[in-house]
Parts: sequence; structure tokens; C-alpha cells
Amino acid sequence: MALLSVRDLRTYFVADEGTTRAVDGATFDLYAGKTLGIVGETGCGKSVTARSILRIVERPGRIVSGEILLQRDGGYIDLAKLDPDGREIRRVRGGEIGLVFQEPMTSFSPVHTVGDQVIEAIQLHRRLDKARARARAIELFRMVGISRPEGRLDEYSWQLSGGLRQRAMIAMALAAEPRLLIADEPTTALDVTTQAQILELLRDLQRKTHMAIMLITHDLGVIAEMADDVVVMYLGRVVEHGPVDQIFHAPKHPYTQALLRSIPGIQHEARVKLPTISGSIPHPFARPAGCPFHPRCALVMACAAAPDGVCCDHHEPELITVEEGHSVSCHLYRKKGAAVPLALESAR
Amino acid sequence: MLTYLAQRIGLGILTIWVVSVLSFVIIQLPPGDYVSTYLAQLAEQGSTASAAEAESLRVEYGLDQPVYVQYAKWVFQMVQGNFGMSLDWKRPVADVIGDRLALTMIVTVAAILFTWILALPIGIYSAVRQYSVADYIFTFLGFLGLAVPSFLLALVLMYFGFVVLNANIGGLFSPEYADAPWSLAKAWDLAQHLPIPALVLGLAGTAQLVRIMRANLLDELRKPYVITALAKGLSERRAILKYPVRVALNPFASSIAFLFPQVVSGSIIVSLVLSLPTVGPLLLRALLAQDMFLAGTIVMLIGVLTVIGILVSDLILMWLDPRIRLYGRR
Repeated sequence: MALLSVRDLRTYFVADEGTTRAVDGATFDLYAGKTLGIVGETGCGKSVTARSILRIVERPGRIVSGEILLQRDGGYIDLAKLDPDGREIRRVRGGEIGLVFQEPMTSFSPVHTVGDQVIEAIQLHRRLDKARARARAIELFRMVGISRPEGRLDEYSWQLSGGLRQRAMIAMALAAEPRLLIADEPTTALDVTTQAQILELLRDLQRKTHMAIMLITHDLGVIAEMADDVVVMYLGRVVEHGPVDQIFHAPKHPYTQALLRSIPGIQHEARVKLPTISGSIPHPFARPAGCPFHPRCALVMACAAAPDGVCCDHHEPELITVEEGHSVSCHLYRKKGAAVPLALESAR
Repeated sequence: MLTYLAQRIGLGILTIWVVSVLSFVIIQLPPGDYVSTYLAQLAEQGSTASAAEAESLRVEYGLDQPVYVQYAKWVFQMVQGNFGMSLDWKRPVADVIGDRLALTMIVTVAAILFTWILALPIGIYSAVRQYSVADYIFTFLGFLGLAVPSFLLALVLMYFGFVVLNANIGGLFSPEYADAPWSLAKAWDLAQHLPIPALVLGLAGTAQLVRIMRANLLDELRKPYVITALAKGLSERRAILKYPVRVALNPFASSIAFLFPQVVSGSIIVSLVLSLPTVGPLLLRALLAQDMFLAGTIVMLIGVLTVIGILVSDLILMWLDPRIRLYGRR
């Protein structure tokens, strides 16, 4: 039974200039004790997906359709239906789902001590007096490997090093022992050594608490090291979803294949140009019709060449299960004769 | 901390000394002196005074001596606490100023408080609900408030007070309390008269501060720590009030430093219009009469108060923002 199921989630930013479909039909599941890696280029909707789950998408963004089902007491509650400033979603935020994100420098208020902010997070979800909450904060700091936790609580975030700050951030996210931790590029701003330590810490905490982790990154190396399952996103859509070994060793989608080809390997010959994905991410208002990746795809099928008239620039592919737990959204894997809906207009 | 304070007070005293020299020199700059003004007054009244009489007057007032000697005498008197003789009023400057300095302070502080109380919520609202109808209305009113000269606003308010309410809204006291000794009833009377001058003097500053608060808060609202606060489970209202508003508050503390001189100098003409018993009208008259000891003293006291205001605002900033307090310690 999935801890969290995201079903056909669509989060759009509607402005006068046009509509940005930041998340456009994302579907995936998260399981307790497992790590789901979400990978994609900048602007593919990874972070908006995370914020949609917590219902903290900035204006004018809003969830236009889809379900975010959080398992609770044997049933599910749909987070997408909750009032974004209501009591219920606030119980979920921090209480059941913790968030850690990229900028450890600015994710703490510079004028409040780290301890003040961590203790606040504890008291929001636990009925503890100040002294006990403080004791719990010290315990949390110790758990995430911060030395001298008593002293560090009274320091300001800008007095801590990057690694310590991210550890404090993780401690704060874990204040109420959430069942799911969303880590949005948790190591991007850190140096490589600290990066490895933080990833090790997350793995270690997962072993102890059996929480689910949703790890958002653009770094395939981090995914390979951490994830059990991988979701590859492109322009707000899940293009491929599968176990980490399948994604790395038998990628199905042309986009995933191209991404993997563009990583430098240690055995590669030096000073040779890496293969790149041709073209660039289209402007959000000029979204290609059909498969959003088709203008950059090496295996694009034009209408004339396509079997039974299904072609990449007209028909939007749906997720097709290619084997147990591995699905891909690409016409190349379509079973013969299956119906394909005609693509919607790109601009609404 | 104590070293810092001592340093700041030392620098403040130095600043005040420079201000005293400058104010004395500037007041001496226009051609002529008090005696020539006095002679001109006599001439207007039809009587004349001989050159010898004028000379003896100059000797009597010490105006024949070099500037630095006059300055030294003034400083000497200042240290004794009476700030020299007012040539125009023929009384010690300290007596002439009397309550007026305290009243100036009260009016100024009231204006600044008014500014804060109004600017803080409006600034927060305008930022949080950016581009809402109310935001546009406040923006429009803000620019109007900045553009209207305060003495004009004072005149308009007085006109309406007179025509609509049939009341004289000028002054700081009702006639029966004007010369009465201080009492609770007089203080209450003062409190009732304060809102109008506070509004007139505080409006431009309010408009300025609303814009500053709005811009600052807009910057802060987009910082990741706001998302952190929301992701913890805080309600939007509490998250905004505790974090970004708190960070955006710094300019409020610094506003004492720039509002203070602005309000005091703005009050000179407004005080004339509203007939407020502050130092403003006194300063204007002293300048016209070239009553240099009185004018110099007023200019200097305003300088002293400004220096104190800046010091206070810096101390509040240090208290508000740990980055200022602790920077360079580690």
C-alpha cells in the first residue's frame, strides 16, 4: 500500500501572458522505507510537484486537477482537496511530511536562532513545554550529527557552516517524525564531501525511522546512489518511471537515454565532447503539441512514417507499462492498435 | 558592547561640537548683525540712533569682538546652562526656549509614532496583497501624501475644522491651559490637541515608510525561509508576521534617524501655520532678527537631538538584528 499516491497531478500558473503548465499530469507512488528519486532538468516541474504535495505553491500557481492521496489510518486523504491555509493541511506539513530544500543559507530566518526555529517546529506538532521542546531539539541535533548541540541551538544560521546548516534543516524537518521527507535538491549547494555526508545521513535516518524519502535532484549520480525507484520528468510530465537499476541499465524513453549518455564517465576518454540533447527546453508558453519532447527527440516519428497514423507531434503519449514496475510515456512502446487520444491544444 | 557605546557617544560629542561651530558661523554669515537689524527697526519707527550709539551697543553685546571670541563666550555660557543672552528678547536663551523644546520633542515623537502605527500595517498589507485594489489605493494616497506640502495640508485641515466643525484646531493647548502650570488636566488637553499636528507632520514620512516597508517585505516574502516556515505547519498569517515582517522591520528602526530631522525642520513652517508653541517659530524670528545666540542654540539643540535620535535608532537596530550585533565577533 502506497504511503503517498500522486495521480495525474496538474499544477498551472495562470497569468495574463499565458498559462505555464508546471506540472502536467504527474503520477507516481511513494512507499514507506523507500526512496523515490525525481530527476529532470531545471524547469521540468520537480520542485512545483513537491510544493503541490505540501500545498505551498506560490501564487498564481494552483492545482487544477489530480489527486494527492496520503495514507492515514488505513484510508486515504486527498491533499489536493484541502484548504491550503486550513488546519488539516497544516497538520500534514511538518507533522506527516517534512521538507528540506536547496538553499541552506536562506532557509533559516537570519534574525531568529536556529534553536528558536527548530523548537517552534516541535511545538507546532507536539504538546511540549519550552524546556522539553528544547531537550527534544538537542536530541534531534545529536541525531543528525551536530556536535555541541546545546550551544548550536543558540546560534544563528549564518554562524553555521553549509553542512551544519543543512543538518539543522534536516533536524527541523524531522521534528515531528514525519512519515515522508521531501528533499528538494538537498545537496546542490554543498561541496562534494559534505554532499556525501548528508546523503549518508539521510540513508541512515531512513533505516532508523523507516520513513519514505522523495529526493528531487538534477544529479543522476545522487539518484544512482540513493534511490530505489526513479521518476524522470520532462516539462511537467513523467516520461519514465521505474526501479533504479532499470532506469540506469535499460532506459526506455529517448529522453532518459539521452540524459544518461550526457554524463561523463570515469572510463571516458578525456577532452572528448559529451553527447548533448539537441535544442533547448521550449518556452513555457510555446509548449510543443503532441509529445513535449518530440522537437528534441532523435527517434521522433513523423505522421507519414508512423504506423496507424499515430505520430509524436500530434498525439500525446500516455504512460505505458513495459514491464513490472517500469512504465514509459513514448509512442515507440505503444502496443499495436491501442487507441491514442489526440493531443490538446498547446495554449489554453 | 560598552566599548561600542563609548565610541559612539564620543563621536556624537564630536559631531555636536562641529554642529555648534557650523551653526554659529552660518548664522554670522549674512551681512550685518543684530545691531543693524535693530537700527533698521528704529528707523522704521521714525527714530534714529547715531553711529556712536550703534557702536556702544555693539560693544555692550560683544559684537565688536572677533567671531572666535564670541563663539568662546557662547560656549562658556552654554556650559553654565543659560546659553547666552537673547539679544532680541533681552533674556537668557534658556528662559526664552523654556517649555518649547520639550513641546517640540513631544510633537515630533507623536508624529513619528503616528507614522509607525499607520505605516506598519499598511506596508504589510500592501506587500502581502500586492496589486490588490487596496494596494493601489494606498499607493495613490501615499504618493499624494508625499506630494502635498505639509503646511498646505495644515491650512486645509484648519479650514475644514473651522467651516465644518466650527472649531479652531490649531495650537497645542486650549486657551485656558496655555499659560497654566503643568497638571494632569493640561497634559490631557495636550494629548487631545496632538493628533492634528502629528497627522500633518507625519503624513509625508508615513507615505515614505509605507513604500519602504512594502518594497522590503516583498523582497523578504520570496525568501526560502518563508517556505520553510509554511512547510513546518505555521499558518500563513503567523509565518508572515514572525519571519519576513520581522526581517523587514529594520528600516523602521533606521527611520528614526531620517524622520527626526525631517519632522523637526518640517515643523518650523507647520508650527507657524498651526500656531504651535514649538521652537520653530522662535527660530524663524531669531534668524530674521539675527539674534545669533538664540538661533545658534536652537539649531544646535536640534542637532543634539538628531545625534541622539540616530544613536537610539542604531541601538534599536542592534537589538533587532543579530547580524549587526554579532558581525565580526567570530
